[in-house]
Amino acid sequence: MAVLNMVQALNQALEQEMARDSDVVVLGEDVGVDGGVFRVTDGLHAKFPNRVFDTPLAESGIVGTAIGMAVHGMRPVAEIQFSGFVFPAMNQLVCHAARLRNRSRGAVHCPMVVRMPSQGGVRALEHHSESVEAYFAHTPGLKVVMPATPYDAKGLLTSAIRDPDPVIFMEPTKLYRSVKEEVPEEQFTVPIGKANIIQEGDDLTVVTWGSYLKEVMDVLTKAEKPSVELIDLRSISPLDTETIISSVKKTGRCLIVQEAPRSFSVSSEISARITERAFLSLKAPVQRLAGYDLIMPMPQGEHLYLVNERRIRTAIEQVMTY
Amino acid sequence: MPRLVIEQYDPLKGQMLQLLDEKGSLSGKHQPMLSDEEALRLYKVMRLCRVMDQKALAMQRQGRMVTYVPTAGQEAASVGAIAALRKEDWVVPAFRETPGQIARGMKLSEVLLWQRGNEQGFSVMPSYRMMPVAVPVGSQTLHAVGISWAMKLRKEPLVAMTFFGDGGTSEGDFHEAMNFAGVFQTPTVFVCQNNQWAISVPRSLQSASKTIAQKALAYGFSGVLVDGNDLFAMHLAAKEAAEKARSGLGPTLIEAFTYRLGAHTTADDPRKYRKEDDVKAWIPRDPLVRLKLYLEKRRLWSEEQERSHHEECDAKVEEAVSEMERTVYEEDAIFMHHFAEMPPHLQEQYEEFRREAR
Repeated sequence: MAVLNMVQALNQALEQEMARDSDVVVLGEDVGVDGGVFRVTDGLHAKFPNRVFDTPLAESGIVGTAIGMAVHGMRPVAEIQFSGFVFPAMNQLVCHAARLRNRSRGAVHCPMVVRMPSQGGVRALEHHSESVEAYFAHTPGLKVVMPATPYDAKGLLTSAIRDPDPVIFMEPTKLYRSVKEEVPEEQFTVPIGKANIIQEGDDLTVVTWGSYLKEVMDVLTKAEKPSVELIDLRSISPLDTETIISSVKKTGRCLIVQEAPRSFSVSSEISARITERAFLSLKAPVQRLAGYDLIMPMPQGEHLYLVNERRIRTAIEQVMTY
Repeated sequence: MPRLVIEQYDPLKGQMLQLLDEKGSLSGKHQPMLSDEEALRLYKVMRLCRVMDQKALAMQRQGRMVTYVPTAGQEAASVGAIAALRKEDWVVPAFRETPGQIARGMKLSEVLLWQRGNEQGFSVMPSYRMMPVAVPVGSQTLHAVGISWAMKLRKEPLVAMTFFGDGGTSEGDFHEAMNFAGVFQTPTVFVCQNNQWAISVPRSLQSASKTIAQKALAYGFSGVLVDGNDLFAMHLAAKEAAEKARSGLGPTLIEAFTYRLGAHTTADDPRKYRKEDDVKAWIPRDPLVRLKLYLEKRRLWSEEQERSHHEECDAKVEEAVSEMERTVYEEDAIFMHHFAEMPPHLQEQYEEFRREAR
């Protein structure tokens, strides 16, 4: 089995899905000849010259035309160059992609994927390191996923393209090339809405997603105690409540590690669901190690915002000694 | 292809395509592409639209309709343009397109249903190859470009026609749509219903361009200014634009120069922002008045036929209203159409809703 990084896994998913289904098209800024700024669409234009489009530099235009294509039966995969640039397309995503199925009472729908490199830790300039999943997860009618491994990246992207509804597909730039693993050559899917239990444990549930999965795993491999059950969400929305709740009922403790700003965030929702459904199992309040409610600092200050081993260890200690 | 009529009018010079003047006479410069029978049929449709418009306005005042979007004065622009399309083409409307829906063949009761505030009314539009009404201004133009782009990729000989107002041309999405259409040469027909007002803001404050049609030039394709109250001119322009798109020659922008005789919606009072005299000046230019004069001159129509058609329209509208008012709102449907498959968290909330609804 080939060892791939996330960029290669995503590229393979796109290529195989385009070969399988002639309705799949790719559009976005620099996705064609250049193969995307992170090379995720590398080689696709050469292979499918009439189905990979370098578009004008206009995010709303990319998403809005993708909606039209989806309405007429195609399966567009649109790329927003960085999640920090998705905001001009918010109207199209929130007011149209998310609502067309409901507005038409099921008569038209919007099977489309909007890919966007996301999150920080790569010393990028302003607007290139944003964690924006909560905006979309808060919108009825959208699905939101964020893989943290090459295997999941391939399987989730394949699922997203085949999904009958719009999927926001966030790719942690920090993990693009820093993690490699064996990924099957043949096509496979990872279901949307299912979290992954990375390791089982008895004392503490840690929930995370995206780039922080690797940070947490690095800490956990260095200590045998406590016995941690580590959950990678993979899907932000729909959220796999069941996996989280059954884990917390077993461990009685939960730490959520999230890169996005803390307030009104995905961690807020997870915490609320645990309180609603597993209150009597809790031995300590649900703890959140989340981003400060700050504008993401530029590269020289980035480390001040992001978690590190020490902060993760301290948070684990706090929830264990409550 | 011989030089198109729409390409003989220079929007930069403010030249406007018109076939039928205000006295109901054809100028003779261009021949209508509509037969007498077609013109008569479309006149009847336009009259039906007007009758329904008046009925809906009255019902809104009686509290039997939610906010209503009047369409009086703009019937020719919608009906003429849509008459140029094939059944398989797509229409992507804004929110002032009731005449277009009727022209496309929607049942009056279906049209009224969504105006009454029931999404079920939207559900039938796609079966007429028409998108549900788009309330966010200008954003729907991109969908038409996407649909027509897909048509082009699939090598289908089809077009997408999108409607928007003069206000809509100030939105960024309109410019992105025009730009994408130009770059990818999509078979798109842009129809701007320039009715001179965006709620209370006049056309002159939307853009410093002399015409809206000329904006197409900046995106690399042609635009034409058309008398939007002239059914023949609107049909001819739309027909040429659609056939041009169908034969792979790309998009066209049609500026339908028209006038909103009524309010923006029933929620505003136009007397506050425009003079009665301005409205009066447009009365003789009413698309129905002009076409009726023409048909009468050609002895295709009489006062007696008008009276009997009016009665027929009244009866049709009354029947549609009662059908609409009998339609029960499907309560569970508010949960049913967010995703192809209801996710677990919504399933839970749906069960909660069912319990609480009892």
